[in-house]
Formats: sequence, C-alpha cells, structure tokens
Amino acid sequence: MFDEYTYSELGAIFAMQGFAGISLFSVLLLMALGLAIIFGQMGVINMAHGEFMAVGAYTTYLVSTLTESYAPAFMPYYFFIAIGAAFMIAALLGYLAELALIRHLYKRPLDTLLATWGLSLIMQQSFRSIFGAREVSPTLPDWLMGSYQPTDMIDIPLNGMFVLGLTTLVTLGVYYLLYRSRWGLRVRATTQNRVMSGAVGINTKKVDRYTFALGCGIAGIAGAAFTTIASTGPTTGTLYIVDTFMVVVFGGAASLLGTIISAFSIAQAQSILEFFISGSMAKVYTLLGLVVILMFRPEGLFASKIRR
Amino acid sequence: MLDVSNLKVSYGQSEVIRGVNFSVPQNETLAIMGRNGMGKTTLFKSLIGILPTTAGGISVDGADVTNTDSYRRVESGIAYVPQGRMIFPNLTVLENIETGMEVSKQKNVPEDIYALFPVLQEMRKRKGGNLSGGQQQQLAIARALVTNPKVLLLDEPTEGIQPSIIKDIAKILNEVKKLREITIIVSEQVLSFTMAIADRIIVIDKGEFIHEDRRDQVDAAQIEKYLSV
Repeated sequence: MFDEYTYSELGAIFAMQGFAGISLFSVLLLMALGLAIIFGQMGVINMAHGEFMAVGAYTTYLVSTLTESYAPAFMPYYFFIAIGAAFMIAALLGYLAELALIRHLYKRPLDTLLATWGLSLIMQQSFRSIFGAREVSPTLPDWLMGSYQPTDMIDIPLNGMFVLGLTTLVTLGVYYLLYRSRWGLRVRATTQNRVMSGAVGINTKKVDRYTFALGCGIAGIAGAAFTTIASTGPTTGTLYIVDTFMVVVFGGAASLLGTIISAFSIAQAQSILEFFISGSMAKVYTLLGLVVILMFRPEGLFASKIRR
Repeated sequence: MLDVSNLKVSYGQSEVIRGVNFSVPQNETLAIMGRNGMGKTTLFKSLIGILPTTAGGISVDGADVTNTDSYRRVESGIAYVPQGRMIFPNLTVLENIETGMEVSKQKNVPEDIYALFPVLQEMRKRKGGNLSGGQQQQLAIARALVTNPKVLLLDEPTEGIQPSIIKDIAKILNEVKKLREITIIVSEQVLSFTMAIADRIIVIDKGEFIHEDRRDQVDAAQIEKYLSV
C-alpha cells in the first residue's frame, strides 16, 4: 500500500497523521486515566464514563455560547474557564452518581456494569432532551484554529498541540496526586486491600466517593479537549468508551506509564493506518495486534513485579 | 482498657463466637490460645470491625465501638495486625507505615518505630511484597503502632515465621509494652512464645472461653493438652 508514494511524501504523511493522532491520543489518555483510576480503586467498570466526557463537552459548548452572547470580548480566554467548569460539573455529577447509585453495588460487579450502563442511557437521553439530537460545537477561540507549517507538505494543527499540553498537565497532576500525596497513598492502599485499609484507619468509603468524582472530572476535561477535534452529540461518549477500555486493558490497569504508552500506540496505529486503508479496517488491524500482544502479556504492558 | 461483653459472632446460621466476656486492663498482655477453627481469628476480626457482631458490646477506654466502621475503631485506639500480615505488597515499606499515620496525623515516621525495627529503615524504599515473612510481620506491627493505639491486636504473629525471628518478635512486643504501656492481645498456638510475652492466658474452644490462668500460675501441661488435637 506504500508503493504509490515517494519517500518524502511518506515522511510527510506519517508526520501529519502522527500529529493528528496526538489529539486522539490525548482524549483517549484522559478518558483512560479516569476509567483506570475508578476501576483500580473500586473494581467498578464505569460504562457511563463516555457520558461524563460528553458532559464535559456540553459544558464547554454552554460556556462558549454564554460567553458569545454576554461577554464577546472575553471569547479568546473562555476556553480555560470551560475546562475548569467541565471538570467541576462532571466531578459533581460523578459524586452524586456514586452517592445515589454505585456505593450500594460495590460487592456486585455485574450489577454495577448494568447500573452504569443504565446511567449512560439516562444521560444520553438527557443530552438529547436538553441539547437536541443534532451535534453541537463550541466556537473555538481564534488562537486554537489553523496550523503551523514547518515545510510545504506538513501541517501541524494548533488545537492538537494545545490538547497535548493540557493532557500533559492533567497527567502530571494525576501522577502527583496518586504517587506523591497522602490522598494518593489512601487510594493505592484501598486499591490493594480494602478491608485492611479500613483496619489501619483509612475511611475507604470517603476515598471511594472522591476517587469516583475525580475520575469523572478527568473525563470532563477529556470532553473539553474533545470539542477541539470533533463536534458533540448525545452518543459521542459511546463512540469512545470501547477504545478507552482497550487502552486500559492493554496498558495494565494499575500502571500510569502503561496507560500512557498504550493510549499512544493505539491512537497512532489507528491514525496512521486510517490514511492508507479504511477506518474500520484500521480498527480491525489495531484490535488484532492488541489481541496478539495480550496473549503474551495477559496482565497488560506494564504489570508491577512483586512476589505474590 | 478493652471491655468485651457477651460478644456473639455468626457466619449465617452458625454461631462461631458464643457470648464471650473479657476485659483487659492497660499495660497487660493477654494471650488467647486455641486450636485451628476454634474462633480466634473470627474474634479478632469482630473486634476490629471486619466482621459484624450479632450481639454483645465492645468498648475501648470507656467508648462504645460495637457497630462502628473499622476506621472509626482505629481512631478510638484499636490497632490490628492480621493473620498472614496483610501488608500492602505494591507499596514501599515507608508507604506501608504511612498508611497507619492517617489516623495519628503525623508527618514523619516517629523515631521510636525505626529504633524498634531497624530493618524497616534500611528497606524503606523496597516494595512491601518483596520482604521476607519475618520482615513483613515487623512491618505489619510498625504499621499498627504508628496509629498510636491503646489496644494492639495481633492475630497469630508467629505463623510461618522461623524460630529465631519468633524470639525477636517476642522481644519487640515486650519492648513495646514497656515503652508505651498499652494493652496487647495476641492469639497464639505456640506456648513458648506465649509464655515469653503474656501476663494472662485464656484458652478458647468452639467459640467459648474454657480456661484462664495468670502466667505465674500457668500449668503448661494442661494448656498443651487443650492445644493438642
């Protein structure tokens, strides 16, 4: 499939698709971080995680619309407020969902799967009722548009770079929280042995609630980032949830580095293959590759090495 | 310091602890001895709140903790070293100790902990799961001690540990009692270890206390008989 291109064309294609893949990588990584934290902490597979991303995207859209009508001069800067708002609102909804629904089902993993799936359907219908079935997009500030052209053949989109920067910040923040703070220590202890964590004095229920809220909040940020690369509809979340599961499983559920590398390889494989073959075939090849690798490393790319 | 009255614990229909009464004053070490399956671990789990009680009451230093969550009991002053140690294998030694410091709100590991367990200071960067059994036992005791407990529960601390380390652990427990003047309750099957640390010995059989002795009056032969299968 490569023979119809010259080497320099191929180089440019790889570079451009690579940069396009970075946006996908960023969104997938943010989603996977939230999902992995929640799964690791509580063993809950959050089927509604995609919808929390959509909450973030719709929040961004709302903030954009409000800014446009009430404070047009503020348009170049609104996006930062929108990111914060997306995080807060998704986290708040996550907190409430944990409080009302999920904490009653911790010892029943299949029921949580069903319950969170139901939650995702409810949220999708709410989006449809509130925002309509049509896809919406926030008006992006001018500095997010356009691209940087290092050579004639290569376009590097600015929004992708911005999203990458945002993702880096969030990932570093999560790393700091999980591995350098007392809160993170509580989370990691509860992840490993819930009963024993309680018996050394950790309030595991509180840790659960805030962890779930944090995971959903990060999905909200993913939603804000998502608005820069595509438009948002009621079913947006569903489209991303499968890829996100793939990232988490491939990376090894308890490893931050594994999650990063797995999000990167899946996003890049998909983005580069998509240029040469159709999108669905690209997905088939990516999945096949994953299956083969998981046969040799069933615990994911990076499983931590200790005696059991 | 710890008062237990008419405590009953059941798994479904089968009652495992059948109404035990005991109280342990400050600065006393009590050993609860019994064969496998007689309810030692169940008793300890219900004291720390991992298993719910069906009847009866537990109070620490006058405060009732009967139906509270484990972490509340730790706040009230109970600390627990479980059977099989149950340290966090993926956390480093230092982090393992720090999990116990949530309750005592300390920033740094207190000096006396490292004085009691020099090996933990040496290995503080290692993963807990990579320590030997004896070292893990010391880690579990350290993690319990940093909560500044009034009552320290140890469930079969000698299980699966080589004899020379068992002696060290006995020495450590005596040291802890001397330094902190706390109540220690330990469940055991090894009589020599018990004789090295306990002030009082209770024998448990089928969920009931059947024998009690002060250490100085202990009839070792009779207790051995209770423990033999």
